[in-house]
Amino acid sequence: MVERTPIFNAICHLILFVGLLTALLPFAVVIIAATHDIKTVNIVPMPLMPGHDFMANIHEAWVRADLGRKLFNSVIFATAVACGKVILSAMAAFSIVYFRFPGRSLIFWAIFVTLMLPLEVRIVPTYAVAANVLAPFQALLDVTGVTWLAAHLAGLQIKLQWGLLNSYPGLVLPLVATATGTFLYRQFYLTVPEELAEASKMDGSGPLRFFWDVLIPLSRSNMIALFTIMFVWAWNQYLWPLLVTTDPNFGIAVTELRSLIPSEFGLPDWNVAMAGTLLIMTPPLIVVILMQRWFVRGLISTEK
Amino acid sequence: MEKRVTFSSTTIGLLFAFPMLLLVFVFFYWPGGQALFWAFTLEQPWGGGNKWVGFQNFAHLLKDPIYWNSITRSLVFGAGSTAIAMGVALVLAVLTDREMKGHSAYRSIFVWPYAIAAPALGLAFRFILAPEAGLLSILNRVWPDIWNPALDGNDAMIAIIVAFSWKYIGYNFIFFLSALQGIPRSLIEAAAMDGSGPLRRVFDIQLPLLTPTLFFLLVINITESFQDSFGIVDIMTQGGPARATELMVYKIYFDGFKGLDYSGAAAQSIILMVLVILLTILQFRFIERRIHYK
Amino acid sequence: MGSIAIRNVRKAYGKNAVVHGVDLEIASGEFIVVLGPSGCGKSTLLRMIAGLEEISSGEIAIDGRVVNKLEPRERGCAMVFQNYALYPHMSVGENIGYALKVAGVPKAERLRRVAETAKIVGLEAFLDRKPAALSGGQRQRVAMGRAIVREPGVFLFDEPLSNLDAKLRVAMRAEIRRLHRRLGATSVFVTHDQIEAMTLADRLIVMNGGRVEQVGTPAEVYNRPATRFVAGFVGSPAMNLMEGVVDAHDVFIYDQTRRVALPPSLAPAGARVALGVRAEAARLVPAGTEGSLDAVVDFVEELGAGRVVHTDLDGLSFAVAIAETTTLKAGDAVGIRIAPQDVHLYSAESGLRIDGKAAAPAMAAN
Repeated sequence: MVERTPIFNAICHLILFVGLLTALLPFAVVIIAATHDIKTVNIVPMPLMPGHDFMANIHEAWVRADLGRKLFNSVIFATAVACGKVILSAMAAFSIVYFRFPGRSLIFWAIFVTLMLPLEVRIVPTYAVAANVLAPFQALLDVTGVTWLAAHLAGLQIKLQWGLLNSYPGLVLPLVATATGTFLYRQFYLTVPEELAEASKMDGSGPLRFFWDVLIPLSRSNMIALFTIMFVWAWNQYLWPLLVTTDPNFGIAVTELRSLIPSEFGLPDWNVAMAGTLLIMTPPLIVVILMQRWFVRGLISTEK
Repeated sequence: MEKRVTFSSTTIGLLFAFPMLLLVFVFFYWPGGQALFWAFTLEQPWGGGNKWVGFQNFAHLLKDPIYWNSITRSLVFGAGSTAIAMGVALVLAVLTDREMKGHSAYRSIFVWPYAIAAPALGLAFRFILAPEAGLLSILNRVWPDIWNPALDGNDAMIAIIVAFSWKYIGYNFIFFLSALQGIPRSLIEAAAMDGSGPLRRVFDIQLPLLTPTLFFLLVINITESFQDSFGIVDIMTQGGPARATELMVYKIYFDGFKGLDYSGAAAQSIILMVLVILLTILQFRFIERRIHYK
Repeated sequence: MGSIAIRNVRKAYGKNAVVHGVDLEIASGEFIVVLGPSGCGKSTLLRMIAGLEEISSGEIAIDGRVVNKLEPRERGCAMVFQNYALYPHMSVGENIGYALKVAGVPKAERLRRVAETAKIVGLEAFLDRKPAALSGGQRQRVAMGRAIVREPGVFLFDEPLSNLDAKLRVAMRAEIRRLHRRLGATSVFVTHDQIEAMTLADRLIVMNGGRVEQVGTPAEVYNRPATRFVAGFVGSPAMNLMEGVVDAHDVFIYDQTRRVALPPSLAPAGARVALGVRAEAARLVPAGTEGSLDAVVDFVEELGAGRVVHTDLDGLSFAVAIAETTTLKAGDAVGIRIAPQDVHLYSAESGLRIDGKAAAPAMAAN
């Protein structure tokens, strides 16, 4: 900074250092607790010297929470959500920014409004839809009288039924259905020079070529940024997976944290709980540490 | 903003938007409409469809002290965690922006907490703040029974506020720091030439220029305190003790999926939606009046 | 009040040195312009005077007081920034008065002085506006007002006119000159624009690569550039420079064939030198004229008041400024005549001026 202010600087360093400790303390506690045996971890206060039972605790947590299966599911789930967002948002934004057709602004607002209501807020009806995603269409057919017509004229019973509970699509699709990514792309497309579209028109390429040959390569860094934040965001989802996946085969890691809480009247095996917590919280942390620049950038540009 | 150069093919344009529109229709608009429908109807116990009841569900809710309790608790939680998370993050960001030795390390590490899933840090803090183990239990060693989130409602509220704030310090930090770095350096230098010291510059120059960010984060923090809190509450307190931490989303979940009262839960959802929408509209209105530096 | 002494000042970022040791004495009330290409260290030098950059070694004294360890606010300097650095959330009046407010000047006096300053810079009608609602020229005035209001001993200008359009720049130039006459404070003005430099400066400092190349009045710098760099940098069109050797008869030989007579015993025989001639000092003569250089016209630049004939000497371009109209066109053969007294000679090795009279050029030794 501009001037020399040793005392003020020292105070700043002190505050920053305390902040650093606060930020790191929970990580440290989780890691250290995961190395103790059940007796040591319950000593008050917990000894800060690491113990020797790290691998044993990890193993115990791994088995208890079925983490092999669950972490695998989490990776699939988070990757699918992130990819879905990256691809569908790029397409939707392309349509909104680069085309002029009737109803375009209606589409714009239809997608835009989804920014307002996060999934948690409309959780109950969304769950009902996931139980049968075709229900909306059934209802449309009923209302428009198509069902009645088919039953009377052709003797067909139209009964649309496709349940998404306990399936990967059920986990993934509702989380893809928001505008976050679309607006990141929209903002970016608007900064792409007009001359590029003009030049590619002069070169005789149509919208598909332009999208594929020009916009997609230009959006690469935005895609990485969006993928990073969406992966972390999806990995950390809790309420939705908790509801949709009652079948353990489709469960994800984060919801398994429930099974790691030491029961009130059972053994207070916090060492195992912390080992499990460590395993579950590490993957997104690694993504954030390795991709920090993208993560920060993605976060700032999606929220604005 | 509009593009001058566009493509005219309606079919291709619609095809590109179609997948997203389909998802948004099925998973956003339909459920939204469904919620409205349920909120104004009551499911018959023996089947046979829903009966229109008008505002009865809302009337029930608004007469229910338990519901008012959840609103109060949510507001206390929202206000407490927002104040802590934003206050601490602002201080850390302003100091990190001074670019003293080690600032790049601070810049990365302060972001880490935001990477952690709410329920995971919930479990970690449940241990750290446990009355009989962990770290804060030292208090009980000195003054027996002074701290027990499992039995004392205030302690439980403090516990979830601490856990939630810890995560969102990281989030707010990112935005504050980026906004601070967006302030042209020459402004700070000009103020220094004008005789303003480092602390005074924070109040005279940096904070006023951060107002849009402050406001934006205020809205986001409150909205997030409604939704992202679910994992923390579910892991740390399950809404207890004695409903002391029963926040709105947790109550919706509990009534809807444990109590199977869809109509009640839907009415609660509608109220929450209105709240969130109001906040968001407020935010959009403010964004339009953003201060531009150039 | 407001004299500045700069003694062997260096600035390095780690191993990367950007200012290599500058010595300067600036008298109180002088208007000094520091001119140089971008990256030459001129802004760094200014910022070291302001206290915005630490001084790596050497010392700077203002009014005889060494200010190396002083904060910017304690040095009694005011600065006008390139992008004006106006506080966007404050009105014009608040911008101008901010320094007084920080200094704890009572409100009544503050308002009085702000009003006074606003009058000087012609902003009385805009005191309540925010910077965003002002034009470029008005913002520039606010920046000036903010500096003036403090009644500083030293004004520092960091390329303050570079964001204005050409017409406004000329007007502001005159205004800055007028202000300086009125206030009489020492001014250090950094720019890369030589017209600005020539028109504003009492004394000019030409910098290149972190070193001072020449210090002098604009006329001195123009008429007797101390180094080959200054010769090529100051003046438009740039001075013609050609490298060659001096023979035993005081004749400069370029390209083995082209010869230019030099003043007697200016340079020793066999010396490798660069010969410089201003475009307006060279004359065009018919091709083949005795004692002229053979050249071919490349193109003619019409400037309205005059024209510049760009010629080609077998790959070396050479400009000649003429006042009268001409029918010359590309491809015509011409001769160029150079009078011995118009020649500037520079050592090919050191780039220093070779001067019959002064033994050493007026340049900081490095």
